Amino acid sequence: MDFNTDHFSLFELPTRFRLDSTLLDQRYLEMQSRVHPDRFSRAGDAERRLSLQWATRVNEAYQTLKKPLSRARYLLHLSEHDVGSENNVLMPADFLIEQMEWREAVAEARAAGEHHELEHLHHRLQHDIAQRYDELAALIDESHDLEQAADRVRRLMFIEKLLVELDEAMIACEE
Amino acid sequence: MKIHVTLARLARKTRASPKEDEGVATGMVGAPACGDVMKLQIKVGKGGVIEDAKFKTYGCGSAIASSSLVTEWVKGKTVEQALDIKNTQIAEELALPPVKIHCSILAEDAIKAAVADYKKKHVDQAAG
Repeated sequence: MDFNTDHFSLFELPTRFRLDSTLLDQRYLEMQSRVHPDRFSRAGDAERRLSLQWATRVNEAYQTLKKPLSRARYLLHLSEHDVGSENNVLMPADFLIEQMEWREAVAEARAAGEHHELEHLHHRLQHDIAQRYDELAALIDESHDLEQAADRVRRLMFIEKLLVELDEAMIACEE
Repeated sequence: MKIHVTLARLARKTRASPKEDEGVATGMVGAPACGDVMKLQIKVGKGGVIEDAKFKTYGCGSAIASSSLVTEWVKGKTVEQALDIKNTQIAEELALPPVKIHCSILAEDAIKAAVADYKKKHVDQAAG
């Protein structure tokens, strides 16, 4: 095994956004059982250290590829396309206004304890997210427009955060 | 993405939103890294002096504190003076840890965006 391969090669998967998640899970479990430190408990220090390094490496790769957003960011990173999330604050105004409205709607429904409304928002947001990932997949895998893909990734970073807030609001309402 | 705001909500929003005053300008910014969204509104009076400022921020405590602080700081300043507020000053005042520096950058950029909006409207009015 080579430490310098990218995450896709590590699991012998094609370097693309659309991914067979069952296959990823399967390969991950196979590798994890091969490199797990427990198997090396009687081995020498060097071998134990190496197995630990590998186990960490395999975990990190799996976590990165499993979630679509981090997978997309990783793909952009591999093609040296910086998402620029740290210093890119000038998102399109209409997008930010929509984000503001979504967050206001979630905050209002949460404050009023409207669980039904939150469920409704959740349903709509998940539908929206699914569409966005379809679009992102086409941009990365088919049209190879990584500039646009980076823009879509930045938007999804807001939306994934919104989903977390929405989940929290729903839990808070159930309590 | 199109949000289908329910009619009741839309009506509520329309009533709640203040009239678009001539001197009111809005800056909207967002940081993908944390998914925070910040809206800063300034009311600019004679001589380009900021009379009032309001914020609405959806984000972590540091982002809220940063935007709250800049609303205090910009009041009484001219729009040009407001542009001199730097994120480092905000971070220092709030003793933000390194991982939260982007919150202060967001607040600084919100000022820039609000001033840019004011100038844009101002030029439009002068031209029209």
